[in-house]
Amino acid sequence: MTNPGYATTLPQAGNAPFWRGLKLSDHLYALFILAVAGVVFQRYHAAMDVYEHAILAGSALSLVALGWFWKPVRLFFPLAGLLALGGIALYGDDLGRGQTAFWLKYVLASQSAAMWMCVLFFLATAIYWVGLLRRSNTADAIASGLTWAAAGAAVVWFFVRWYEGYLIGPDVGHVPVSNLYEVFIMFCFITAMMYLYYEQRFATRRMGAFVLLIISAAVGFILWYTFDRQAHEIQPLIPALQSWWMKIHVPANFVGYGAFAMAAMLGVAQLLASRGILTSHLPSYETLGEVMYKAIAVGFLFFTIATILGAMWAADAWGGYWSWDPKETWALIVWLNYAAWLHVRLVKGWRGDILAWWSVVGLLVTTFAFLGVNMFLSGLHSYGTL
Amino acid sequence: MRRLSFGRALYELLSSMRFAISLLTLLAIASIIGTVLQQNQPYTSYAVEFGDFWFRPFEWLGLYDVYHAGWFIIMLGFLVGSTSLCIYRHLPGILRDIRSYREQAALKSLRAMAHQQEIALQQPVEGALTQAEQWLTAQGYRHKRVVRDEGVMLAAKKGSLQRLGYLFAHAAIVVICIGGLLDGNLPLKLQSLLGIKEVETRNTVPVSEIGEKSKLTPSNLSFRGVIDMPEGETRDVAWLNAGPGYYVQELPFAIKLNKFHVEHYSTGQPKLFASDIEVTSKASGKVTKGTVKVNHPLIVDGVAIYQSSFGDGGSPLKLAVWDWLGAAPRPQELAAVSLASQAFRWGGQPLTLEFGELRPFNIENLEAEPEISDFGRRMQDARQVKADKKVKNVGPSIQFKVRDAQGQAVEYLNYLSPFEDGGRFYLMSGMRRTVAAPFAFVRIPLDAEFSPQGFMQISAVLHDPAAWPEIARRTAAKAERDGAISPAYRKEFEQSLVWVLQRFADGGFTALQSFLDERVPKDKQEAVGQTYIKLLQGAVLDAADLSRQRANLAPVEFNDSYYRFLMDSLVAVSASFDYGHGFYLQPVGFEERKSSGFQVTRSPGQPLVYLGSLLLVLGIFCMFYIRENRIWVWVQEGRLLLAFSSNRRDAQTEQEFAAHSAALGSLAGTDKEEQHD
Repeated sequence: MTNPGYATTLPQAGNAPFWRGLKLSDHLYALFILAVAGVVFQRYHAAMDVYEHAILAGSALSLVALGWFWKPVRLFFPLAGLLALGGIALYGDDLGRGQTAFWLKYVLASQSAAMWMCVLFFLATAIYWVGLLRRSNTADAIASGLTWAAAGAAVVWFFVRWYEGYLIGPDVGHVPVSNLYEVFIMFCFITAMMYLYYEQRFATRRMGAFVLLIISAAVGFILWYTFDRQAHEIQPLIPALQSWWMKIHVPANFVGYGAFAMAAMLGVAQLLASRGILTSHLPSYETLGEVMYKAIAVGFLFFTIATILGAMWAADAWGGYWSWDPKETWALIVWLNYAAWLHVRLVKGWRGDILAWWSVVGLLVTTFAFLGVNMFLSGLHSYGTL
Repeated sequence: MRRLSFGRALYELLSSMRFAISLLTLLAIASIIGTVLQQNQPYTSYAVEFGDFWFRPFEWLGLYDVYHAGWFIIMLGFLVGSTSLCIYRHLPGILRDIRSYREQAALKSLRAMAHQQEIALQQPVEGALTQAEQWLTAQGYRHKRVVRDEGVMLAAKKGSLQRLGYLFAHAAIVVICIGGLLDGNLPLKLQSLLGIKEVETRNTVPVSEIGEKSKLTPSNLSFRGVIDMPEGETRDVAWLNAGPGYYVQELPFAIKLNKFHVEHYSTGQPKLFASDIEVTSKASGKVTKGTVKVNHPLIVDGVAIYQSSFGDGGSPLKLAVWDWLGAAPRPQELAAVSLASQAFRWGGQPLTLEFGELRPFNIENLEAEPEISDFGRRMQDARQVKADKKVKNVGPSIQFKVRDAQGQAVEYLNYLSPFEDGGRFYLMSGMRRTVAAPFAFVRIPLDAEFSPQGFMQISAVLHDPAAWPEIARRTAAKAERDGAISPAYRKEFEQSLVWVLQRFADGGFTALQSFLDERVPKDKQEAVGQTYIKLLQGAVLDAADLSRQRANLAPVEFNDSYYRFLMDSLVAVSASFDYGHGFYLQPVGFEERKSSGFQVTRSPGQPLVYLGSLLLVLGIFCMFYIRENRIWVWVQEGRLLLAFSSNRRDAQTEQEFAAHSAALGSLAGTDKEEQHD
């Protein structure tokens, strides 16, 4: 019973060079992504500096690699991208059309897409729970589809909002990863995508109920932040944020945060399962533990990269790669925490509830590093204040 | 003998994982202190915060600069030491592992492995071996053939980089810490412990008077200091904050600030901070010109110059001194410089004017708070990404303190541009007696010429006892003409007016109120108060006419706007009694001279830290995503044994083993079948 049963589409163990396994559809996808990147470069290269050219190339290659590694995104990104392009085309060069054109007003304008994302994530959460409690594969499949749709809405939001920024003013537009509102949507998107990957990789949809809970919590925050604080309004970048480092530092960080959040929710599921709650509904205790480990490993790698990128940015902006600023220090604490977690699992061979508890506590530490520092401590890193 | 075992035990402890994990935990907890308690603040503010009793022990513990405290550095040292020992301890084994195929594994131990399978071999040994070798090579395994007593063994392995990952990641920690140490202030701390260097604690001394012990030469290996300078000036030293004082770092060059630029977006947020500088090398005299922006430092001779702050650099100001009593017909002119002090006499009193910062822009959010219950409006807002904020630049302001001979100070915040409210214009002046208090603003109404002159004339008349009977006479005459009072009552009415004017001149509305509180029964206070206000409102009109007459000006035609001007004047006169001083300084002009703050750093450890970072990422990647697998195929006439091991025991291990076992099973069974699925 320890075998969680891999999906059959997985590449066979240790197969010879990976490109031999690529199919026509893989090449078409790569061609499509590279063509899109080419068009973007041709149209906008004058507005970008050499680092941004590198980031564009890197993003295109990463998308190709991601599509080859995980097949469903070969359909997902082009579709979501086309929807986003539709929204951009409907805007033309008039921001006011967002309130008059039907498709923009109700679906494709960035704020409409964000609201759809919120609704779809809530629905997906509810239906994942139905699926879990009733052991219904149909409900699970629907919930999974809704999660894909919500992630698609986030992609539309991202690109359309990017465009809207430039419609407000040529000096206002920027990639939407610059404030707490924007990164919260990014958090939802990345956590959902990572979950969807593991769902397929481990051929079980029964973890969704727990993982989507944390996404729903983030969605709840987004709604409060939008309606109570009008945080969704596009603000121009202050000088400290006018840097290409932001474009890579922030997304890398959120892969880390998303992974840690997911690991913590799996930890919760594991703790419940070991106490006989929902045990027969959830995947096996070992599977939960393994996905948790995999999530933390990915998260740790990306969090390390993000922290290093942050240090390099700080060396450009603040006069030193490390200033013991509260945000930096808490990033170090998070890093040390997961470093210790991985050590005891890999070297000491720990398993079970203690690691589950630890990953739940880890999320609390991570949340403090992400939100608490901005709310309670002062420092250089004060862009994302509530 | 004993010593040896103790040393051995210490080595075991220091290189153990238990120790490393405890150290990580301790470091994490210690780091928290520095995030909760703001670091590197002036020592006086800590003394105020903690009181004398706690200030000393906290200082001794190094809590004001945790990350450079001795105990923290020692902990980091232990981390480096422990990690190095850990590498030292595991290195031989890892190298052996990387090189070795473990071909000496005994048949018995292969059979005892978790993943092993024996298959009946139906083809010749040599054919099976060749096919097995092909399979292993195709799977990316390197292998070695060993002839053993009981058959032939293929020992294969893949993913040795996984073991290197361990080395990379742990060496990275050491490299990063060494890099950080190079850039830290450890040498300086040691020198100050040994008494070679000494912190300067006096706050306002010129550089020339600072002792050599507090100066650091340009050859200093690493430093991180700040420079603040006004436009047009040149500096060749930077300031290093250190505990209760500072050091002066002499730079290998001199920086001249030609111009500082600041730009704003239409929404008021800052858009650009940039300094045009000229850096002249002291050794070669070479001049480097450049612009330093946030995120775009200028690097000269290995020293990076960063834009870090900006402010007022001491701007010449032009002020008009108005007498609240309006005694002088024209304001005096006063020349001053921001961020500087100057003596000033008022009413025979020696005072000091201490000018603070000139702020050329004051961008304020003028939007009223949206109503909480307005759901529809919120839904509408949530759909729009364009902020519809009403921000406004309310213009330049200057802040200053007026200090008397006893040392008592009153602080003012005066705006240069008129502030508009409902079609009327005012000059705003804020006043406070303590730094913690918010400013209380007085609105000085402007006349038709946009000058405070009209108001000051009215103020003068209201403060002039000689004018009161004339004002009363005119107001009473008007009242009688309008039939508001009877002729018999006129004398008494005039007396009441004079009395009210006198009372008002004593202390404004507050004086009238205190009279009401003291002398009038509670139930009549409101009615009597209303009467006073009406009397004043009537009288101020004639006071204004009189003031214009005295200044040889034609009376103003009465209208709504003029009426409001008069009412505002009454309010402002009343407020002047709480203003603290008898004069108002109206800013009338300035020549802006900005200052820019730079950070200058030399950090020789940076390349090491980056190298360590690269190693760290590589190491982590190798450790997590490369699987170190080993396969043993042992072949004997009629029998084939497959054993498999991986550094990870998870579902993928099972799957890989299944694949190998299927492949080898099929090659053992027939000699022609295609192994690939």
